Amino acid sequence: MGGQLGGKASDLMGQMQGSQAWVSIFRPGSIFRKGYTDSPRNRSYVIMNSVLYHLHPVKVKRHGVRVSYTLCLGGLSFFLFILLTVTGIFLMFFYRPTAAQAWDDIYILQTEVAFGLLVRNIHRWGAHLMVLTVFLHMARVFYHGAYKPPREFNWVIGVILLTLTLLLSFTGYLLPWDQLALWAVTVGTNMMGFTPVFGDQVRFVLLSGVEIGTDTLLRWYVLHVLMLPFVLIIFLAVHFWRVRKDGGISGPL
Amino acid sequence: MTEIPEHLLRRAKEARERLEGGAEGAAGGAPPPETPPPETPPGDEEKIPAHLLDRARSAADQASVAPAAPGGPVAPAAPSAPTGPGGHTQRLLTVVKSGSIQDVKAMPQDRVHVWPHLLLGEFVASLFITAFLLIFSVFVNAPLLELANVNETPNPSKAPWYFLGLQELLTMFHPMVAGVTIPGIALFLLILAPYIDRNKENAPEKRKFAVSLMTVHLMFWAVLVMIGSFFRGPGFNFIFPWNDGLFFDF
Repeated sequence: MGGQLGGKASDLMGQMQGSQAWVSIFRPGSIFRKGYTDSPRNRSYVIMNSVLYHLHPVKVKRHGVRVSYTLCLGGLSFFLFILLTVTGIFLMFFYRPTAAQAWDDIYILQTEVAFGLLVRNIHRWGAHLMVLTVFLHMARVFYHGAYKPPREFNWVIGVILLTLTLLLSFTGYLLPWDQLALWAVTVGTNMMGFTPVFGDQVRFVLLSGVEIGTDTLLRWYVLHVLMLPFVLIIFLAVHFWRVRKDGGISGPL
Repeated sequence: MTEIPEHLLRRAKEARERLEGGAEGAAGGAPPPETPPPETPPGDEEKIPAHLLDRARSAADQASVAPAAPGGPVAPAAPSAPTGPGGHTQRLLTVVKSGSIQDVKAMPQDRVHVWPHLLLGEFVASLFITAFLLIFSVFVNAPLLELANVNETPNPSKAPWYFLGLQELLTMFHPMVAGVTIPGIALFLLILAPYIDRNKENAPEKRKFAVSLMTVHLMFWAVLVMIGSFFRGPGFNFIFPWNDGLFFDF
């Protein structure tokens, strides 16, 4: 009985591995075709035959895998970005960006949606944590002198990414439409309104009007869920690409 | 992560054994002869420079002597026919010694496989941060105050924590200076850091000025954010949180 089942299972596995879909996903040399035994060749294939090859080379400098060198800060920032995207998509299912509905939607999300409160908490704390990790990543890179040639342009992109992270966090701040959100954003946009020469115009564009209202909410919502992540991903791609083109991670000191 | 991969250990062991075995076998062995020269057909002789022909002849003499050396590696026999696989004549034109035209600058570096050495670390780090966020989120709820009301200004009104340093500057300077000029210049200088700092050294002890400047800069913002977050109460007046309580929402 057990032998029969095992035979059927291996037949099925064989059929699946011979199918067109399997063969096109797992390219020749993939460990999902030939099995994995630990050898330098297979270690290389794990990276070379997967999407990871766009992020990681097959080999890196030995000192670069030391946790005490990078503290994982850049990787964690990226991971938090993914986590925030996933939880953010979940939140979008339950949220309408109008002054009449936004607060109620959040309240219902917290009280009636399964795991709604938990996911909102993860999104909020994850966002604060991401601001912190991006900031610490910048400090780490500075103290290692990793912004020096040939990596000076990647530093510039990194500072842009820091700014985008702050903007993403700030635009998300308004969305719950409670007293904290409204007045924090009032303080923030008032500050930006003091930009020399075209302060009033800057404020008008940010608020989508002369004062905060339902139009502001829609504008910041679109910025938060679509435009800023889109721009951030483009800069992220360039950032990762430059890390490899500039010869991998900096150091050792 | 400093363990040596087992395949490298294995390779080193094999190499050591081979070396020991070879040392016993080839004691007193003659060095391998130079590239065996082909015998040049007489018809081609006028096309070949005389010194190369001389060298080839002397090498051929050596090669005929070499097999007599005791225990030495046997020199490959000189090709009996002057033609190669396709019937073409093979000639030794010149010998380029390594290093004479190639200048190798890149030194081999100590590298490890990304899988498993780096990917495992990244995976564990992401697990840790997920666990931390999950547990923190179970116990601490994100704030949701009462519905936004334009007519009721809370006292104090505070910006998000990362902008509280700027709000703190507002108490000291004109809004244009505090809200736009100072952060603008700070951001601009930050972007230009690699173009301003032309010092090529990486070690902290060789770039004391840059390191101290950055530390002062980071501390400046950290202290301002702390004061703005915890030491400002109603009317944005200075308070001590242990006397007057916290006026801070995350």
